[in-house]
Amino acid sequence: MKNLLHFIVRFHFTILFIVFEIFCILLLVNYNNYQKSEFLNSSNAISGGIYQKVSSVTDYLSLAKTNEELNRENVRLRNLLHSSYKLTTDSSFVFLDTIYKQQYIYRTAKIINNSVNKQLNYITLNKGRIHGIEREMAVVTDNGVVGVVKSVSDNFASVISVLNDRLRISAKLKGNNYHGSLIWDGVDYRKAMLKDIPFHVKIAKGDTIVTSGYSAIFPEGLKLGVVDKVMTSSGSNFQNIKILLSNDFKSLSYVKVVGDLMKEERLKLEEEATE
Amino acid sequence: MNIILKNIIRFVVLVFIQVAILNNIQVSGFVNPYMYILFILLLPFEIPNWLLLILSFFLGFSIDIFSGTIGMHASACVFMAYVRPYVLNYLSLRDGYEVGTYPGIAYLGFAWFFKYALTLIIAHHSFLFVAEAFSFANFSETIMRIIFSTFFTLTLIITSQFLMFKK
Repeated sequence: MKNLLHFIVRFHFTILFIVFEIFCILLLVNYNNYQKSEFLNSSNAISGGIYQKVSSVTDYLSLAKTNEELNRENVRLRNLLHSSYKLTTDSSFVFLDTIYKQQYIYRTAKIINNSVNKQLNYITLNKGRIHGIEREMAVVTDNGVVGVVKSVSDNFASVISVLNDRLRISAKLKGNNYHGSLIWDGVDYRKAMLKDIPFHVKIAKGDTIVTSGYSAIFPEGLKLGVVDKVMTSSGSNFQNIKILLSNDFKSLSYVKVVGDLMKEERLKLEEEATE
Repeated sequence: MNIILKNIIRFVVLVFIQVAILNNIQVSGFVNPYMYILFILLLPFEIPNWLLLILSFFLGFSIDIFSGTIGMHASACVFMAYVRPYVLNYLSLRDGYEVGTYPGIAYLGFAWFFKYALTLIIAHHSFLFVAEAFSFANFSETIMRIIFSTFFTLTLIITSQFLMFKK
């Protein structure tokens, strides 16, 4: 017994070390069982408080990712929104969810190529046919119209930008519903022209221009821009109006692609009528 | 200042710095500086061995609670504490260590502290990263992590010693 005590006293450092290591390794291996123990829970109240303070700072570092998630969430919610649905018949239905039938469907996409300095500007999106994107879908942001899908491959879509003089968008004055068409004159990426507004219509600087809904591409009422300058030329029945576009095409990143679920029905009807 | 109070403050400050700042640094998965072990490095020469082990265990354990890795840092710290007396013995001066001092640059100079810190940091990091991987698979990657992290920890520890260069 005396010898044993001598041994322990002499090698207490190593013995204590081995005891601690065994304890640590047991903790390490059985970590999940210890997680629920009382001791660690009270400790976590302290560590939790500190972590909250720390994360309020470090959250800034993940803003880009958070933005993308929020954008996706926005699109999902927009799909549930009233304005994406259309009244199918009269209101004699009993259930609310059968009164409205969805007409517009929104999908999110990211711009991976964009230009503003050419005459014919095109935009490339990171989504394509397999994501449900088709030709002649509208591309918009919360600020307004971006363009129209021109062609799609399996994974990408090419969009005719508003900044392309081959694209004419049916637009109207929000205040009085006079409609004309919006084209880009190829000069300034922030400005476009609204044509075919008759001479007698009174227009003030700052009036809002929105999409008319006359084409089967854009839903009605999407913002295009505001009136910047009204130019009258003698001998013409129409006014030339300079529009300040609401989208800054140099800083676009995420867009929404709008599909019209009733487009075919509408086009078929319109075709029948003109035959 | 009382040496016990001084060490308690050092403990709290180092754990806070580790948890709030350094644990968030993970450049390319290799670099995790673990500056908190400076506490073990700077404990006084006269500290009893058993107290050294206990303090190191609690230091590692506090880091573990914050990192959710119960036992990992604790075991590495205990190992480092176990090695410390032997390293001090190996590096001992001709006249022995002065009573009432601790092993810092302020007392023993850069060259001595560099050897002392490097040895103990390698001991700690090797144990830590092997325990973290818990296997010898991908061993070259573990070695890379030990080397890179040792470099960064050593840089931080020596810098901090120069920033607080007083006895």
